[in-house]
Amino acid sequence: MEKIIEYKDVTFRYEGEDEAHILPLTINGVTLNLEKGSFVAVLGRNGSGKSTLAKLTNAIHLPESGQVLVEGLDTRDEKNTDLIRRKVGMVFQNPDNQIVATIVEDDVAFGPENLGIEPKEIRRRVDDALKAVGMYDFRLAEPHKLSGGQKQRVAIAGILAMQTDSIVLDEPTAMLDPIGRREVLSTVLRLNRERGITVLMITHFMEEAAQAERVIVLDKGKVFLDGSPRDVFTQSEALKRCGLDVPQATGLAKALADSGIKIKTDVLNEEECIDAILTAYKE
Amino acid sequence: MVRDLTIGQYYPGDSLLHKTDPRVKIVLTLVFIFVIFFCKNFFSLGLMIAALLVGVFLSRVPLKMILKSMKAITFIIIITALLNLFYTTGGNVLVKYKFITITDTGVYTAIFVAVRILALIVGSTLLTYTTTPTMLTDAIEQLLKPLKVFHVPVHTLAMMMTLALRFIPTLIEEIDKIMNAQKARGADLESGGLLQRAKALVPILIPLFVSSFRRAYELAFAMECRCYTGGEGRTRMKQMKLKGLDSILIVGCAVLLGGVIALNLFFKTYNLG
Repeated sequence: MEKIIEYKDVTFRYEGEDEAHILPLTINGVTLNLEKGSFVAVLGRNGSGKSTLAKLTNAIHLPESGQVLVEGLDTRDEKNTDLIRRKVGMVFQNPDNQIVATIVEDDVAFGPENLGIEPKEIRRRVDDALKAVGMYDFRLAEPHKLSGGQKQRVAIAGILAMQTDSIVLDEPTAMLDPIGRREVLSTVLRLNRERGITVLMITHFMEEAAQAERVIVLDKGKVFLDGSPRDVFTQSEALKRCGLDVPQATGLAKALADSGIKIKTDVLNEEECIDAILTAYKE
Repeated sequence: MVRDLTIGQYYPGDSLLHKTDPRVKIVLTLVFIFVIFFCKNFFSLGLMIAALLVGVFLSRVPLKMILKSMKAITFIIIITALLNLFYTTGGNVLVKYKFITITDTGVYTAIFVAVRILALIVGSTLLTYTTTPTMLTDAIEQLLKPLKVFHVPVHTLAMMMTLALRFIPTLIEEIDKIMNAQKARGADLESGGLLQRAKALVPILIPLFVSSFRRAYELAFAMECRCYTGGEGRTRMKQMKLKGLDSILIVGCAVLLGGVIALNLFFKTYNLG
């Protein structure tokens, strides 16, 4: 598979208040390859460096040592910054702080307008992007009248209209209610499947990560676990050590197994869990 | 509370005035204000009022909304009218009581000034009722473009206006949250004298200030990530083009201006001030 974002032995630290206060490394030697068209979730407790990892992809943060390559372009080279931002779009945690315009469709148009695209083409892209996230009917609405989930979908449409190859989402659901969370996650999943957009999603919800193709667990700035959701979530002991939990369904199966019941423990969601319990019950 | 808030006082509609190019509307409103001041007698003012009524009719904004916009300035109108009533000299004396003298010219001037102010207010609210804030800022940016020659950062100013408009509801929501948070901690915001109440605002303003900076910081990142580098090389999705309708309005206003001048000259003897 083609590599789209590469981290090569990356380290990064935030600047301290003055030179006497050197902060510890937030990212401490990360080497990762993200494949084109994949859906990758990054998990980790607060301060594990997961948000920083996201911000390294489009030159908001530059590595202290090592390299971050986006489609072969080095983020440290200033000449590449603009090009990289045309390839990697970013959605942030707080939907209020990334919407620029007072009307939904104007906001979605903001990115393409910055790229200097023809007005007619912008209109086409804006309509297409709003339809793709299911917000077309709200194109003339004022953002402050939308729910959190809707605002976040508008923010995603804003990136879609720029037609980037990848979207990096930095805890896009952290400030949303369960309904908003579901809306955003299903939108992102659909865009990944239907349009082949590479997704890197930072989250602290296990249930969300369970729907990704690949889960990376960060701890203290290092890659702690990396694999399919099934591989990662069956290692509940390891997850607990870095302050994370397994999805509820996995936890239940595990607890049943621990209490001596013969049951499959590599379940990820409720359906699989129900199946496993039924199978165990029949036996 | 915030969900019902509409920024500016846009009245959504699909009327002729709504469809008019916002640049034309801004310029014509300015011309209208200028011409209103140019009216010297009741005949020319009457012509402008008639034109204004046609405008109100064309905008399809309900009269109730128009009256609402007048209500806010009733006090100013009354004060100005009274001042004109008492301080205008000349003409036949109608009332003379101690130091108060009222002349017929005074009465005419008072009515004239009041009608003039009303016309000004209605004229300019017609602009804000039929134009969204976004369209207004865009039009101002376009109109001020020539100032770029003098290194006036026109695009930056327009961007600042847009962002300010965008964040008004967000910040209102924030103030509400902070106030509730401080009330929950026992802050007393409603009692005491003026000074005490002003002091009680400090614990609200400081968190608001801090969070505004945090928002600004995040917003700047988000804008940069969407390739924003200022006005250079930017295109706009919504292009403003002058249409036939706009030309008709411009011509109409030119005719009005001619009419006002003619009436001013023709009824010279009735001119006030």
